[in-house]
Amino acid sequence: MPNVTAISLIPLLPLAGFLLLGLFGRKYFKNSSGLIGTVLLLASTVLALYTAYEYFFVYGKVAGVYEKFVALQLTWLEFSPGVSIDMGLIIDPISVMMLVVVTFISLMVHIYSLGYLKGEERFPTYYSYLGLFTFSMLGLVLASNIFQIYIFWELVGVSSFLLIGYYYDKPSAVAACKKAFIVTRFADLGFLIGILILSFSGGTLDFATLIERLTSPESNEFKAAAASTFLGASALTWGAALVFIGGAGKSAMFPLHIWLPDAMEGPTPVSALIHAATMVVAGVYLVARLFPIFSVAVPGVLEIIGWVGAVSAIVAAIIACTQTDIKRVLAYSTMSQIGFMMFALGVSNYGGEAGLGYTASMFHLFTHAMFKALLFLGAGAVIHYVHSNDMKDMGGLRKFLPITHITFLIACLAIAGVPPFAGFFSKEEILLAAYNNNMAIYWIALITSGITAFYMFRLYFNIFWSKPAPSPSERAGGEVHGEGGFAMMMPLVLLAVGTAAAGFIPFGEYVSSDGKPLHAHFDLSFSIAPVALGLIGIFTAFWLYKKQNDKPTKLATSLGGIYKTAYNKFYIDEIYLFITKKVLFNLIGRPAAWFDKNIVDGLMNLIGNITEKISEGIKKVQSGKVQQYAIYFLGGVIVLAVLFIYIWK
Amino acid sequence: MNEFFILMKQELVVTAIIFLLLFIKIGKGIQHSSLLSLVQFLLLINFGAGFFFNQSGWLFGDMYQTTPLIVFQKNILSLGVYLISLLCADWLKKTEHLPEFFMLMLSALLGMFLMISSGNLLIFYLALELATIPVAAMANFDLHKKRSSEGAMKLILSSAFSSGILLFGISLIYGITGTLSFALIPGQLDGSTLQLLAFVFLLSAFAFKLSIVPFHLWTADVYEGSPIAVTSFLSVISKGAIAFIFITILYKVFQPMGEVWYNMLVILAVITMVIGNLFAIRQQNIKRFLAFSSIAQVGFILVGMSSGSEVGITAVVYFVLIYVFSNLAAFGVAAVIADRTGKENIDDYKGLYNTNPFLCWILALALFSLAGIPPTAGFFGKLFLLTAGATKASYTFITIAALNMIVSLYYYLRVIRAAFMDKNENPISTIKLGPSVKLGLIICGAGIVLVGLLSWVYDYIHSLSL
Repeated sequence: MPNVTAISLIPLLPLAGFLLLGLFGRKYFKNSSGLIGTVLLLASTVLALYTAYEYFFVYGKVAGVYEKFVALQLTWLEFSPGVSIDMGLIIDPISVMMLVVVTFISLMVHIYSLGYLKGEERFPTYYSYLGLFTFSMLGLVLASNIFQIYIFWELVGVSSFLLIGYYYDKPSAVAACKKAFIVTRFADLGFLIGILILSFSGGTLDFATLIERLTSPESNEFKAAAASTFLGASALTWGAALVFIGGAGKSAMFPLHIWLPDAMEGPTPVSALIHAATMVVAGVYLVARLFPIFSVAVPGVLEIIGWVGAVSAIVAAIIACTQTDIKRVLAYSTMSQIGFMMFALGVSNYGGEAGLGYTASMFHLFTHAMFKALLFLGAGAVIHYVHSNDMKDMGGLRKFLPITHITFLIACLAIAGVPPFAGFFSKEEILLAAYNNNMAIYWIALITSGITAFYMFRLYFNIFWSKPAPSPSERAGGEVHGEGGFAMMMPLVLLAVGTAAAGFIPFGEYVSSDGKPLHAHFDLSFSIAPVALGLIGIFTAFWLYKKQNDKPTKLATSLGGIYKTAYNKFYIDEIYLFITKKVLFNLIGRPAAWFDKNIVDGLMNLIGNITEKISEGIKKVQSGKVQQYAIYFLGGVIVLAVLFIYIWK
Repeated sequence: MNEFFILMKQELVVTAIIFLLLFIKIGKGIQHSSLLSLVQFLLLINFGAGFFFNQSGWLFGDMYQTTPLIVFQKNILSLGVYLISLLCADWLKKTEHLPEFFMLMLSALLGMFLMISSGNLLIFYLALELATIPVAAMANFDLHKKRSSEGAMKLILSSAFSSGILLFGISLIYGITGTLSFALIPGQLDGSTLQLLAFVFLLSAFAFKLSIVPFHLWTADVYEGSPIAVTSFLSVISKGAIAFIFITILYKVFQPMGEVWYNMLVILAVITMVIGNLFAIRQQNIKRFLAFSSIAQVGFILVGMSSGSEVGITAVVYFVLIYVFSNLAAFGVAAVIADRTGKENIDDYKGLYNTNPFLCWILALALFSLAGIPPTAGFFGKLFLLTAGATKASYTFITIAALNMIVSLYYYLRVIRAAFMDKNENPISTIKLGPSVKLGLIICGAGIVLVGLLSWVYDYIHSLSL
């Protein structure tokens, strides 16, 4: 049986770190705060690994199927008998896998930050925020009901808001954290309404009960939810679609992705944690959590999920080819990879062989966390070294940053899908799932994986090859320091080992849509096309960027409009600006203001003038405004009376 | 006779405190700081009095009634007054007429108590006036400031106007039904045109007191002109009291017209949320900002009220309790800063975190709660209001309300951003807080965190409103 103490300690230890450092850090732990946070998280990680071992190898499998356990269930609020808000801990294959991912990546980031932010004034604050974020993310993963997941979902949003805005003296960071918060909040509104609809039609908030009721066509709840319609779709469809919108916002799916690139203003280790491995995959996790509902009850929504994922994957990959800020390239690449995970869920079915997409999606989530965190941390080391985010300030760094160079190369090979690195295995599974289910998405995915290899190696060659290396004295500031200490290199090496090895985990044995082991059949000939495309991508990047030359510029000029459109991120931000500023402000705001200024004020002024004339004698004592108030008041009464008596009678 | 003392105990305690202050004023007088401590202690007793010897019953025919729910509502108001006496201690010590200020405030509170307990439109009207006129005198308490007098003047004139309309409505009702008793009126209502007109008049008076758009215009001027202690009293305690009696009158007296006032509440709620939000976005002065945002909050209260069932009562009472903590915390921080530095603009709050982290965290907590972000209590308050409003299954309405939550998030976040993240060459200097202010802020902060997380609070209110 699950060890409740161990499991509840996993999120509680980072929370303790947050409280301790947040309250007393600045006074008592000025220098030791990083160490305290790291040690607490190390304990969490050990417990997570222990839980995973126990679950997968000791008690989890009952009669050949991995069961769902609810380790702890506390009733928090009882609405009416049977409907209550609970707080619980759920233990099943995906939550256990996520526990390992979140604690491990967070631990790496904790260690890395010891070196990266050394000497920073607000060190304790930073580590307390990290603790809060890790706690919220673990709480989200362990949530046993849909309401609990929402609460932690918002907490994750708040803590990432704090972390992105950590460099609060940078205006762009402040703008970015606000943008991230508001865009995701907007999506969360959909999520909240979706939760209300789903729980209302399911009559419960608990995941297991909800899934059970809404996936069996005979249950009363299912019949009622399918029967009540709004704008041509059933309540169930609406609920599921709105929940997905929440997930799409958090996971930066097209067209709600605009906050992710800007969020790169935060400290780089934070990007590695939040925007690569944990928070942004929350949307994927959410869809996976409710997968039976999507798959059985509302296959239409699942198809939309597939398409949204595929479009996000290719759009982001194209944009990534044109960006010159290395963190933004990684941000778009993250969006593209999450698109892969999303459409893998979208093309999956529930149960058996047809559930390959589900396993593949979770597998990719797992491997992606490794190599993307590695890429971000590597990029952090580069930025640390050259003090710039821009590719044109880099080049030839392989001699100065040997460890970063090798680990970064491993990560690039992994994401490009070159065997035998982790990305190859998970991506192959995704492609296979798409091939079996939806040929159009398969083609998009195939092309995207070629583009992925190209832009990742464009990044790699631009950082480490391209120009001859500048001598340290030529660089801005002339500061000379090495790669960063042991604290920064160790996470890189550990993650590189993970990236190289994770692909060999027989993932289907442990994680599948229905809990039964899934034996993936690998056909070598199937892999030929994607690997070949990946290699073409890599060689194109090699040809264009190995040495500094004018080929890239020529290419960009010859592509003209297309290049420009991609460079400007398909103008999505501008479209949003246009809608909010031009359409909303001009079409609604302006006329309203005009009406207010000319008609309402004019009328009021007229009345005011008349009153003023009449009351010339006593004018001095009065400010002349109270009459207006009375007029408005009376107007309100009259309008209400008219509405009441003539319209609603 | 015994029953009289037990049922009216809260009113009697308040009256006793008023008389005590009167004697102190007539007599030699006490030094202000010790007098303030005494008053704070008395107010704490007043708050405590609500927890003992609770009984429900009627007095004076059907003029006065009390139930556990009413006692609880009065407790919320007493708690609010106690918190104001703590939070505004700095300003209160400086005023020349401290005993008078509390006499006025407690008279208003007495009026509110009677109003909540009223079982008859006549006593309701009298209590309403008792709850209003002293507040106008309080608004004038910055005696040397012209704006303060202007605000008081506007309050009294507008109130007189609304009272006129209210009395007109009450007389119409009396004319139609031949009774003023809450218990007897519903049986006589059949929805005739004249009755509807009378109801509109009553509704308008409530809308005025609650600052519902378009009856809200007095709010900004009065709030800005008055001292912060009075502004917070007006925007929290007065609003709460009126919301309590409004919901009673709607649900009990006008219950037969439920369909009609549901539509009305929907429209008023939408306008109030939208306009309140739009105005709050543009405000630069923190008092005006909180004033307009409180208008938007009232719009949310209307959403919950529209449900017409005991879920609605629970949600509204629960929300007001949370609102007392959240809004008073925000006003408390504003009061401290305005009092020590004279700064009232949001731009002045830039860099507050670097100099006053405690104030800054309390402010952030309060604003997060007002914006309805989990896991602060404000989120649960809003959630239950929305759920209550959703019982009528008007999804468009609920969606508009939820969208307004996002808009409000934008401007609350603006203040938080200024306080935490923006840089300032000349930030507010570090303020040393007095013990009572600190206690008040801690109580508010604890309330914001705990009321949401401790589920028995909601359960308890729910058990009362059945």
